[in-house]
Amino acid sequence: MTSQPFRLPTGGRIDRSRRLAFTFNGQRYEGHPGDSLASALLANGVHLVGRSFKYHRPRGIMSAGIEETNALVRVGSGARIDPAQRATQIELYAGLAAESINCWPSLAFDLGSTIDRLGRFLPAGFYYKTFLWPGGRWMFYERFIRKAAGLGEAPREKDPDRYEKRFDHCDVLVVGGGPAGLAAAYAAGRAGARVVLADDQMEFGGQLLWREVRIDGGPALSWVTRAISEMEGMPDVRLLPHATVCGYYDHNFLTILERVTDHLSPAAAGGRMPRQRLWKLRAREVVLATGAIERPLVFDNNDLPGIMLAGAVQCYLLRYGARPGARAVIFTNNDSAYETAAALFDAKVPLAAIVDTRAEPVAAAAKLRQRGLNVLFGHAVVAAKGRKHLSAVTVAPLDEGGGGLAGPTREIACDLLCVSGGWSPAVHLFSQSGGRLEFDPVLGAFLPGAARQAMRSAGAAAGAFDLAACLAGGAAAGATAAQRCGFGDGQVRRAPGAAPTAAAPPRPLWEVPSPRSARRNRKFVDLQNDVTAADIALAAREGYTSVELAKRYTTAGMGLDQGKTGNINALAILASETAVAIPAVGTTTFRPPYVPMTFGALAGRDVDDLYEPVRKTPLTDWHAAAGAAFEPVGRWRRPMYYPRPGEDMAKAVERECRAVRDGVALCDASTLGKIDIQGPDAVKLLDRVYTNAWGSLAIGACRYGLMLREDGMVFDDGVTARLAEHHYLMTTTTGHADAVLSWLEEWRQCEWADLRVYLTAVTTHWAAIMLTGPKARAVLARVGTDIDIDRAAFRHMAVRQGTVAGLPARIFRVSFTGELTFEINVPASCALALWRILMIAGGDGEITPIGTEALHVLRAEKGYIAVGHDTDGTVTPADLGMGWIVSNAKADFIGKRSQSLADLARSDRRQFVGLLTDNPQEVLPEGAQIIEAPTGSSYGRPPVPMIGHVTSSYLSPTLDRSIALALIAGGHRRMGEVVAAALPGRAARAKIVSPRFYDPDGARLND
Amino acid sequence: MLLIHCPWCGPRNESEFACGGEGHIQRPDPAMAHDEVWVDYLFYRRNPKALHLERWVHAQGCRRWFNVARNTLTHEIRAVYRMGEKPPEGVR
Repeated sequence: MTSQPFRLPTGGRIDRSRRLAFTFNGQRYEGHPGDSLASALLANGVHLVGRSFKYHRPRGIMSAGIEETNALVRVGSGARIDPAQRATQIELYAGLAAESINCWPSLAFDLGSTIDRLGRFLPAGFYYKTFLWPGGRWMFYERFIRKAAGLGEAPREKDPDRYEKRFDHCDVLVVGGGPAGLAAAYAAGRAGARVVLADDQMEFGGQLLWREVRIDGGPALSWVTRAISEMEGMPDVRLLPHATVCGYYDHNFLTILERVTDHLSPAAAGGRMPRQRLWKLRAREVVLATGAIERPLVFDNNDLPGIMLAGAVQCYLLRYGARPGARAVIFTNNDSAYETAAALFDAKVPLAAIVDTRAEPVAAAAKLRQRGLNVLFGHAVVAAKGRKHLSAVTVAPLDEGGGGLAGPTREIACDLLCVSGGWSPAVHLFSQSGGRLEFDPVLGAFLPGAARQAMRSAGAAAGAFDLAACLAGGAAAGATAAQRCGFGDGQVRRAPGAAPTAAAPPRPLWEVPSPRSARRNRKFVDLQNDVTAADIALAAREGYTSVELAKRYTTAGMGLDQGKTGNINALAILASETAVAIPAVGTTTFRPPYVPMTFGALAGRDVDDLYEPVRKTPLTDWHAAAGAAFEPVGRWRRPMYYPRPGEDMAKAVERECRAVRDGVALCDASTLGKIDIQGPDAVKLLDRVYTNAWGSLAIGACRYGLMLREDGMVFDDGVTARLAEHHYLMTTTTGHADAVLSWLEEWRQCEWADLRVYLTAVTTHWAAIMLTGPKARAVLARVGTDIDIDRAAFRHMAVRQGTVAGLPARIFRVSFTGELTFEINVPASCALALWRILMIAGGDGEITPIGTEALHVLRAEKGYIAVGHDTDGTVTPADLGMGWIVSNAKADFIGKRSQSLADLARSDRRQFVGLLTDNPQEVLPEGAQIIEAPTGSSYGRPPVPMIGHVTSSYLSPTLDRSIALALIAGGHRRMGEVVAAALPGRAARAKIVSPRFYDPDGARLND
Repeated sequence: MLLIHCPWCGPRNESEFACGGEGHIQRPDPAMAHDEVWVDYLFYRRNPKALHLERWVHAQGCRRWFNVARNTLTHEIRAVYRMGEKPPEGVR
């Protein structure tokens, strides 16, 4: 067992009294509670943690936070594998097992690293270039590129964890629990506002967790503890640690990913709590105290393990008590790294040199010089040396402009280089909120400008890097936000104080000059995607000068990183290559989420049976018990057919069809849409939405209607019955039930507000059982009804109300099968009883339940259209040969005016016809294209014009042959002509006929 | 996620609503309208990068239609008013 040789003897926010065992790449290590995986690895001397994405170069831990681009590891096993987590963000727990990704066969010996030597053959946009050259080889390259692409591997099993979503509201949401955020939340909370404070770390404090600073005259962390404990006592303040605000959407709607049990082992989490919780929060005011992210500097070989951000080194020393190196060099362009120098000094890590790009000595250096430290002003680290770890840096003086070297190079041996290229405010959420960014040339960073929503930025996120300014700005932002919600007067009563410090301005140096030729050096701008300064220059040379294009061409700022560390450097290099100012280049768009989110969190509980509700009729369970095969129709599951033992679908459908034509059958039609229409103006509404006239419809009668859209195309059809003077019941197709009601409501409310009519959806109030076949009347008589069902008394297209088998019922004599049909509607609660009674009365083996497939065959034999099947939103009544249903007498109805538009009168429109194939056993595939009949069996010479398509196609048991319905250009004029369906490799000839294949005069309907 | 003040139900999430597009469209008299006028009514809609008068329906709530004056660029909702009403003074 190793003993954490790089752990400092004292200090840090870790609990040295407890040890946590974990494994990395199979090797066993120990850490302490309070460690991140990254800090525990460093305490054990592990630096090499991964291989880079494209070149498979060795990579080490670079940062201590959300901006980590190198230390991506796979954690967990089996179904719980999380393929690419940042080691800096993983809280250590006992039994944690992590592994490197993107290396094979092992981290230390990675075959993919040979790609590094081929680097100049894999320039920016390599992937896109393979599309173009060599011709036609993309399909070949793709296999290899796919294999090399991506980070980590997703688990194949179902996610065993539970995720939750939660909606909430608050007055003030404070994002970030550093000094500014704590001050803001405290001020808003004291004013009485309902506050949520979200922070992505395990404990609040932000930068105070790793800085030796004082607040209110005492250690900063004592102030943090006091502020937190006071806020815990405020009933309207909610503190959310482990919670990253990921998205900032319109009208102050934000999403927060709370990692509820990610910091526990699966065993400790115990399954009682969800793994993660996605908050959807609406805040009246938002304070963004998201801090700032330190930038790396761009020099040759700047990706070697051992090169870390200066702030991160300070964080490992002071927060985690881990020593990232044995001999350090600092390379900076600003004052903040001098604090790191002091921390290294205190931790007794030898500091070989501080290399500062600024030419003039700065005040921050004076104190360190007293400690005997060597500061090289006007110098830069121009290259790093080492194979799998840093062994030395090459240092040289810079010329005045910073673009060249002003003297000879020299080497300084070290195993740790602390880099600081300045700080970029974390403006991601501000940018997502729609706010405008402004470039600050002194700080060399984009700052939040004008806000678009009810929000403000505070602290380092607003460019206030000094602690005193952070605290004051945070408190003021919190008080103002509370006041705008109606709490307090906006004044800060008791602001926390810190001694202000004056920082010398940084010297921006976007690309460090190199003594090596541009061709050979490797200056990484985006370490995660292996994008170098040369790649960006190449993109600019090839014309990708827009920042959005250059991003996609080079992939800089893509993937997990999303430009957190490399963005500004990339922009600045692009600006320099295109000779424009940085603000003129602009930034790429920051989009949610700020950090990668799990699919589980996005899905929440909406999985499995809860993914989409299934609608059931009162008879669904009976169908299932009878062995029905179901098909989805919208959210319904309708029985498609009821196979008997040994039957396939074709056999079952054939039997069901014959039962209807020769005997009697039952079909569950409950899913048909039903709209109850009442009011003195009900008939006016019907006249306006249907193409035919309704004034003459008597009480007790039904009529078929066709509904058009305003552009003249068929929208829906169905039968409407008149039940009483001002009372109608409209039926719609199953799939359009909701759409038709919405459509009618839109017209009623927006255009015809004067109509005295009400619409009520009653689809599920009434179950509908279709009793159909020549023996239907006999069965109904046997069941018993008080309605006179004699042929003369109850004719086709009539409706009667009464009882059936003692149950209250409405019977509609309408038919979709072409046979004598009674459509019996009963209250949903009576449906199962009636169905069972009918099954018994129908006689065992005689009465046959039928599904939707038989229904389709039967209606196709009759040439009845199925809206949405034979129509597709481009079909008019005339195209369907249904001009008879369009009233010329009515002045207006929806879609009438459009019928006279020139395009709708074209004679070559696709028209609804029947098709009989030459081969009576050939069932054409629905959707097959219709072409002119060729002379031979092949299509003929291309181009072959397509003149239509098959809309419905079945094997008809009644006709003992195949039938099809089709839309064919000018089809109505072409009766008897032969065309062909284009099938794979051949053309199937078919004759155009009337779509009414069976009982064209409807004699059987009137039986 | 817009926060829309339904005139009947109060402030609710956008996900409860459906947008019906441009509002205040006058349906031409079908007996009088020339083809161009009718086609304009059928197919042509304003698509401004500015304040836009739209009609929305509270589809997952009271199912009432109403008017919304929304800036399509900033998503600021300047006014919400009932069907049949004119946009309030100062809007437009």
